[in-house]
Amino acid sequence: MALAKISSVTGRAVYVPGDDIDTDRIIPARFMKCVTFDGLGAYLFNDVRRTEDGASKNHPIDDPRYQGASILISNNNFGCGSSREHAPQALAKHGFKAVIAESFAEIFFGNSTTLGMPCVSLGHDAILKLARAVEQDPTLEVTIDLESQAVRAGSLSLPFTMKSSAREALVSGQWDPIGQLLDGKGKTEKLAAQLPYLHF
Amino acid sequence: MGKNLFQKVWDAHSVQVLPNGQTQVFIGLHLIHEVTSPQAFGMMRDLGLKVAHPERTFATVDHIVPTDTRLRPYRDSLAEGMIVALEQACKEFGIRFYDVSSGHQGIVHVIGPELGLTQPGMTIACGDSHTSTHGAFGAIAFGIGTTQVRDVLATQTLSLGPLKVRKIEVSGKLAPGVYAKDVILDVIRRLGVNGGTGYAYEYAGDAIAALGMEERMTLCNMSIEGGARVGYVNPDDTTFAYLKGREHAPKGEAWDKAVAYWRSLASDPDAAYDDVVKIDAAEIAPTVTWGINPGQAISVKERVPRAEDAASEAERASIKEALDYMQLEAGAPIEGVPVNVAFIGSCTNGRLSDFREVANFLRGKKVASGVRALAVPGSMSVARAAEAEGLDAVFREAGFEWRQPGCSMCLAMNPDKLIGRELCASSSNRNFKGRQGSPTGRTVLMSPVMVAAAAVSGRIADAREVFGISRSS
Repeated sequence: MALAKISSVTGRAVYVPGDDIDTDRIIPARFMKCVTFDGLGAYLFNDVRRTEDGASKNHPIDDPRYQGASILISNNNFGCGSSREHAPQALAKHGFKAVIAESFAEIFFGNSTTLGMPCVSLGHDAILKLARAVEQDPTLEVTIDLESQAVRAGSLSLPFTMKSSAREALVSGQWDPIGQLLDGKGKTEKLAAQLPYLHF
Repeated sequence: MGKNLFQKVWDAHSVQVLPNGQTQVFIGLHLIHEVTSPQAFGMMRDLGLKVAHPERTFATVDHIVPTDTRLRPYRDSLAEGMIVALEQACKEFGIRFYDVSSGHQGIVHVIGPELGLTQPGMTIACGDSHTSTHGAFGAIAFGIGTTQVRDVLATQTLSLGPLKVRKIEVSGKLAPGVYAKDVILDVIRRLGVNGGTGYAYEYAGDAIAALGMEERMTLCNMSIEGGARVGYVNPDDTTFAYLKGREHAPKGEAWDKAVAYWRSLASDPDAAYDDVVKIDAAEIAPTVTWGINPGQAISVKERVPRAEDAASEAERASIKEALDYMQLEAGAPIEGVPVNVAFIGSCTNGRLSDFREVANFLRGKKVASGVRALAVPGSMSVARAAEAEGLDAVFREAGFEWRQPGCSMCLAMNPDKLIGRELCASSSNRNFKGRQGSPTGRTVLMSPVMVAAAAVSGRIADAREVFGISRSS
């Protein structure tokens, strides 16, 4: 299965501040009553964006200055909570192509990588610097360069960290493992034949 | 140097190192439910793939199932669509479905163990973060995304990186009125909601060895709330006694072989760990959350934190955000905060021992007026066993509604929801904003006995005082 090699993501960015932004906040459970991911983008961050009557709460996502942003910036432990792939899917369907945060919850990080959506980490001060630059100039073009491992925006060049296996998988176009797993069928069956509990 | 259980199980299931640098890991048991699987079956159809080992995947319906009437079609057409999609997929791909007609439907993390599907030394995956529950048996069990559900269906394997292992040793004896729920809330409070990122948690020590299987499940269940995708307890005689005779457990000669194998998987006495944390069981008190993540917890006798006492600007902001949302007064006692709803259930605390323990204290007591109280058994088997003992009558006489099994108000994908800013004393696992179905609803996590104390008091209360649980016994 040929996958795109994702060596960089470039676009405008929006800062959604906060530690521990959980998957229920990213996509509230009641919007998961669906059998496809297609419509999820509309409900991204729903309950922090709108009141129950549908009035805007002036969330950064809805700020006219950040319309069309494709990179989300946030703080610590982004995506904690549930394993719902609906969370990265909602971000992707809304138009996000990457997330920059201080740190990520593990399942969210893995789900995002498998969708080809890089999640890269900057330190607290670097996040604030980047967020300030984007707030001062919402048209600022931000580039996540996965080859040189830096986030660049205007005069800023901020080295990021990312689990190397995930970075390499994105850069080499191996972020969806299904083809490789299917190729391992022979070895899988050999292991299964020896696994004690399958033969008690 | 010996090996810990995680390393042994990982090694036994490692198929190969993949070209992408990750390890291809065989998955011994795959559990699915209606919320995170339909898209995976869609991907299977799109790619023209077959299920590699349909006999190693089991399905049930839990998240969206109503707990009042289960007559089909469900009133909620979206929920009906989801269960129909799962029924069709199970039929099409040859997967066993523990639906309502099987008599075994229930929350996926309740039925796996009670059917004996969950066994020591397995790798277990499910599109649900609380899959860590199954670690109680000495399995390596973890939540996966929907694309990974596709991977398991198509290949019975996943592409994974190894985890580090942190041993959390709880020694001594838990005080009366203190439960596994308090232990895990205390662990998350100490280590943080992201303290476990990159780790499997091994729970050890005599306080853990003394826990029954259902309490071990409560403990492992909330590992993910501390950021640890995996939590486990080494298998021992308590584990084997629980499994013996269950539907999918080995029988006869196979049983003896299985027990010998399971015993060999426990962490070696000289096993190496990436980190060790020691906790004195006697220091753990009945614990409740005050904020909007499970790490924002205090003992019931403590006061709600004040933003100005925070160590950092980020912590100050998060305390302020939590207090604004929870409408709690900084520096005030948590005890005495009025509750509107009491919920006992979920994959964390919806098992027979939970209802038994609460019933011991609830007899002769009444739910305070104005409090809506729900008891939701975790599975049809739990409901049957509880009803056979007359526990449902105890709950009903006290003023609880005794419902049909499902996830219910833990995440409110069914009709059980908070309304407006209601505050819920809840035995579930997450107090995130809006978690219980109302975007402004408030959740306070605690043990089932503490929920019962809140229900009868109409406010957050110390169960030891409400029910006269002696601290010295």
